[in-house]
Amino acid sequence: MEPSIIKDRVAIVGIGETRVGKALQASEQELTCQAIAAALADAGIDPKEVDGLSSFSIETTDEEAVSRNLGLGDLTYFVRSPHGGGGGCATVGYAAMGLVTGQARVTVAWRARKRSKPEQRPWMGTAPRVKDRLMWTNPFGIIRPVDELALFFRRYMHEWGATREHLCNIAMACRAHANRKPESIMYGRTLDRDTYFSGRWICDPLSLYDCCLETDLAQAVVMVSADRAKDCPNKPVYLHSFGQGITIDSGMLGSLFGVNPMHTQGYIAAEMLYRYSDFKASNIDVAQLYDSFTPWVLQQLESYGFCKPGEAGSFSENGTLELGGRLPINTGGGSLSDGYSHGYNHIIEGVKQMRGTSTAQVADAQSCLITSSDGAPTSAIILRN
Amino acid sequence: MAEVLPKTDDEDTEGFWKAAKQGRLVVQKCTSCGEARFPPHPYCGKCRKTGHEWIDCSGYGRVWTYAFVYKPMLPAFEAYTPFPIVYVELEDHPPLRLAGNLVATPDADINSVDQDRVKIGLRVKVVFRDRAEDVALPYWMPVE
Repeated sequence: MEPSIIKDRVAIVGIGETRVGKALQASEQELTCQAIAAALADAGIDPKEVDGLSSFSIETTDEEAVSRNLGLGDLTYFVRSPHGGGGGCATVGYAAMGLVTGQARVTVAWRARKRSKPEQRPWMGTAPRVKDRLMWTNPFGIIRPVDELALFFRRYMHEWGATREHLCNIAMACRAHANRKPESIMYGRTLDRDTYFSGRWICDPLSLYDCCLETDLAQAVVMVSADRAKDCPNKPVYLHSFGQGITIDSGMLGSLFGVNPMHTQGYIAAEMLYRYSDFKASNIDVAQLYDSFTPWVLQQLESYGFCKPGEAGSFSENGTLELGGRLPINTGGGSLSDGYSHGYNHIIEGVKQMRGTSTAQVADAQSCLITSSDGAPTSAIILRN
Repeated sequence: MAEVLPKTDDEDTEGFWKAAKQGRLVVQKCTSCGEARFPPHPYCGKCRKTGHEWIDCSGYGRVWTYAFVYKPMLPAFEAYTPFPIVYVELEDHPPLRLAGNLVATPDADINSVDQDRVKIGLRVKVVFRDRAEDVALPYWMPVE
């Protein structure tokens, strides 16, 4: 097989993040610039050298604004990835493509998000008349992302015999890791099984502790070629593999109109991801799995091949997903307990694991899987050091 | 009460809403290969041809999955929480499914079916309710 043109050819050399908080004073644009400036400082690269930008299609701060605020160089490459949180890892993949093809020399990828106030939830702005995909669900009160996820997980339980005990394993693993990270929203607040099961219903079978936090924050990474990375102050973290996935039955969150909604988009991204990868599920040391809602983590353990379809529930038992277990996940606390940036904190945390600087460091970790969603059109990367 | 209703004048989907207004539950059937499809779209993904007719369904189906919505919700729905939401698989066209609500009688509220009664496999029948001049929405009534 022809080798992948991007495999190990590009490295993340800088990471930057703002405080994770509620009702932060700074605007989303200011937070964006804080994160990017911090990432460039971390990389030891002058803003004038930046000629590539990569972000989400839903990002509100555009390329011109970033350039004007930070005094970047002339931009020769700028890309956006679609599908909300599903596009997170794709921003890194697209940045790499710009670098290996010579369309850019220094590329910044980022996500900024101010959603800590209830009125900032996108579903609060549901229109009185809806079209396209939404017309088949919204008129019946299937409005919030959690509603689709609850419907997905009820069926998942029916198909595979999973229980909410398994979701609790996910929530507790993320919380245990957040408790080690002083910057996390849930640092200092432990979560035990009784507390999980006392959580109020949001959409039965999902309760409060199955849902991610809503926070204000911004996070950014700086990427250059592997050659250039050797001259940067930090240990280079290489992009080893990149995949995206859309199934024929894709819906935005659950593909519940499709023939087999349990065949999620993660299966497609995983196949692409492992096609050129030296790492497979069996030798991935640590994973940052998209956790907007706990059921997605169970599903991804299957989609990305850590266990067989239907076996994620039992795989999640006995501390497998916590530090010291076979596959520590979301070692920065994840979206459930650290903060929610459409999974960009997973990318930052993955880089820290590969640098050896995580607050929940997996000893000698050499590979980290990072995913962006599963039910939505999705993307994923493998980082190595 | 600010309701959430479908836009009914889209070329690809208006056939469904016109039939609904007449109390008929319809799905598309490809005129080339006969494949039934829902939600509606202009090309048949199986034979890659355009051209379809709207065919009447029996209106019977079974609950394929369900959940119970709690607060916080949009004002239009919040008074009814907790209420069930369902996907119903059509009895005569599996695996086609519609999303919807359960109602105990044709005119009852969307929280009128007891939670204990809601199960995967529950048999239901469609009823239509006028919600605007151009909109009738399908609801699902349990049948024993």
